[in-house]
Amino acid sequence: MSDYILEMNDISKEFPGVKALSNVNFKVRKGEIHCLVGENGAGKSTLMKVLSGVYPYGTYDGDIVFEDQVQQFKEISDSVKAGIGIIYQELALFPDLAVYENIFAGNEVKKGPFVDWNQTIVQATQILKKVKLKVTPETLIRELSVGKQQLVEIAKALSKDVNLLILDEPTAALNEDDSENLLKLLKELKSQGISCIMISHKLKEVIEIADKVTVLRDGKTICTLDASEGEVAENVIIKNMVGREIEDIYPKHPDKKIGDTVLKLTNWSAYDTQLGRNVVKNIDLHVKKGEIIGIAGLMGSGRTELALSIFGNPKNYKLQGNLEIQGEPKVLKHTSDAIKAGIAYVTEDRKGDGLFLLQDIKSNVSAAHLKGISKKGILNLNEEVKVGKVYKDSLYIKASSLEQIVGKLSGGNQQKVSLGKWLFTGPKILILDEPTRGIDVGAKFEIYTIMNQLIDEGMSIIMISSELGEVLGMSDRIYVMANGAIKGELARKEATQETIMELATQ
Amino acid sequence: MEFYKETKALVKANIRDYGMYIALIVILLTFTIMTNGLFMSSRNISNLLDSAGYIAVLAVGMTLVIVIRHIDLSVGFLAGFLGAITAIFLTQMGISVWITIPVILLLGAIIGLFNGVLVAKIGIPSFVATLAGMLIFRGALLQVTEKTGTIIVRDEQFNAIGNGFIPSIMQINGLHLLTLLVGFVGVLFYIYNEISNRRNKLTYGFDVMSKGIFSIKLVLISAIIAYITWILAGYNGFSWTVIIIIIVVLIYHFLTTKTVLGRHIYAVGSNPEAAHLSGINVQKITYIVFGSMGMLAALSGILFTSRLQSATTTAGTLFELDAIAAAYVGGVSSAGGVGKVTGAIIGAIVMASLSSGMNLLGVGISYQYMIRGGVLAGAVIFDVMTRKQRA
Repeated sequence: MSDYILEMNDISKEFPGVKALSNVNFKVRKGEIHCLVGENGAGKSTLMKVLSGVYPYGTYDGDIVFEDQVQQFKEISDSVKAGIGIIYQELALFPDLAVYENIFAGNEVKKGPFVDWNQTIVQATQILKKVKLKVTPETLIRELSVGKQQLVEIAKALSKDVNLLILDEPTAALNEDDSENLLKLLKELKSQGISCIMISHKLKEVIEIADKVTVLRDGKTICTLDASEGEVAENVIIKNMVGREIEDIYPKHPDKKIGDTVLKLTNWSAYDTQLGRNVVKNIDLHVKKGEIIGIAGLMGSGRTELALSIFGNPKNYKLQGNLEIQGEPKVLKHTSDAIKAGIAYVTEDRKGDGLFLLQDIKSNVSAAHLKGISKKGILNLNEEVKVGKVYKDSLYIKASSLEQIVGKLSGGNQQKVSLGKWLFTGPKILILDEPTRGIDVGAKFEIYTIMNQLIDEGMSIIMISSELGEVLGMSDRIYVMANGAIKGELARKEATQETIMELATQ
Repeated sequence: MEFYKETKALVKANIRDYGMYIALIVILLTFTIMTNGLFMSSRNISNLLDSAGYIAVLAVGMTLVIVIRHIDLSVGFLAGFLGAITAIFLTQMGISVWITIPVILLLGAIIGLFNGVLVAKIGIPSFVATLAGMLIFRGALLQVTEKTGTIIVRDEQFNAIGNGFIPSIMQINGLHLLTLLVGFVGVLFYIYNEISNRRNKLTYGFDVMSKGIFSIKLVLISAIIAYITWILAGYNGFSWTVIIIIIVVLIYHFLTTKTVLGRHIYAVGSNPEAAHLSGINVQKITYIVFGSMGMLAALSGILFTSRLQSATTTAGTLFELDAIAAAYVGGVSSAGGVGKVTGAIIGAIVMASLSSGMNLLGVGISYQYMIRGGVLAGAVIFDVMTRKQRA
């Protein structure tokens, strides 16, 4: 018997056009808490999906040895049977079922062909004690706080006799107290012999809890640090996380003309009534004419929420604070108000809420500004073709014709259509949310070039991005967000990947 | 060779749209051959179109409702109920036709709007909200016809809507002159419209169809309009029902293809979140679409009452499902954002042709339902297959 409960050897995983993991080695000892850290897109989640069987055996290279046996998980239920429990960032509970029903969902306690509910409740009570959750098993999930729901997830995993527990960003949605409790529980489980892999962006927690830390970057294992050897320290982790130099893919723009302030937020907060917490907290921010502002931060730090709260508040947050556009206070009640005020928002999820995938290029481009191609509500379809052609050419959209269905274009071209749609509204302030996610380097360079052209024309750009290289390469000033608040403002010169990471992981 | 290539490209790009027309032509030809030409007789076609009218107008409205990813089950009995109210206005209250019709249409629009509020503002799933409406209007219909039973309408002007024809001015060789004139004007209007469209495109410097194909298209469609006119002129000419359907289709076709409102409707249907983020008021669009559906249900009720010359206690039964079937045969997609008004009309005519043809052939009612069900399933299968190819 080896000391390791899990060995993942030379794991490689490719998606069309991208190598998500290349020769990753990852080993977890019995009864240790092993943290997995890395930037967004470093391959952490992919690695865990390979382990849990979401990506079945055969779709990746390399082998998985779990409890001294080579495993070939074909689906998630295989990994569960072997004793691996995974808890995703997005909780997978049924809000209208009781705690005990949730704990045993898919794993029902049976007597003959029937579910034995009494026995279920008895067992649920025992497991709840184990995770130190003081609620009756009959409570509905809906009535529990997120922190308690997280504990139910853990209880659910424990009910399946797991030996290895994987948690993906377990504390991302939790407040301080709940996080503290969760970490305590993990330590206790460790003492009962349950090993644990935790993915986390919060380095303070990592340092507090980890026995080992493995850093992934660009789909490769960079290093594994050992706490007992005193190797786990914040600066060491950050250095390994960012590591690389900024590649020279950012077009230079030496003489920018920066003008007056066009957008100013003071003490700006947004309260999400569904989540019951502030997703944007007391933000002060300003953007000048001809400037590119970078907003850095990790996933869930409130960047998209900030953009939505400015852009006509489509999620109906309760807003507080002041918003000024060119010195005038504004209240934007609907996205159409925001568009009228000269704001455009290119969404992060272009397929989900950015584009009309079944419609063609020209009608996507005109969609947010039909006024520009109509008179008294009647469309001039020829004008639409003309406009479509202008953007197809100026944004280098590669497509056989303007009638091509947008759903069939590549990611980069879709992104450009999305950009074209917003440029046609003639904005003064352009908010780009992850403008280059999932697109290839060539298209990225084109988008950066276009951004530089736009600021020359007097536009201001707010760029939300998880790619530090992009933030550093393109922005004039950088705001770093964490937990819905701005943790720091950096000028281009003083910003480094390390300083940003430090602020973002607070 | 050029010509062949262009035709092939055109067919490939528009197979979804053409499929429906091809299906209609196949159905028409089959019945014509099997009935030795009786099916295509003037009288039968005239009757067929008149009996399709009240479903066709519902199908137009339903198409838009389905395009924005909703459904309206209440329209059948709403049509029945408003038809009964129409009859009461005309008989028991003695109100003139010219006041009754606008009032009923307005009433329909208001009821539809109310459905829209339930769905968009309060957030009730449209299936449930309109199912409740269906029960309520069924009850309401029974309530207002309870004492009298069937209400017979004797107003000549009103009954003409469902049974009358446009005046003929004079007959030439047994053909209806005004009908021929209307058809002729229709052809001229069509040709003028196409040519000015093409010229407009040329001034913008866009690609247009080659002259050869363009001429063939003009001749073909003009011939179809002329043929239908000629058939109808051989009986009593255009009925008022046909005129009303044509007007409804023209208005809705224009609205959906040429206006900002139409674009917004399709945008909301294809991706509500993206529509909202594009500055479109999704709630308002939902109100408008349900309001229009209510108004068309009122029109359907008027057409049906007029055709029967009476309001019955069961008027409107299953209209909503016939309308939904017609809309799906006409190529609307439940995934939202796809579907044309012209398709809905073709769908309604396909379904009416099936009934009419099978009646002529003496096919039993049991088989009729099964065959119509098969055609509906077939149409949707075709739709799903061609969509897969495209996406």
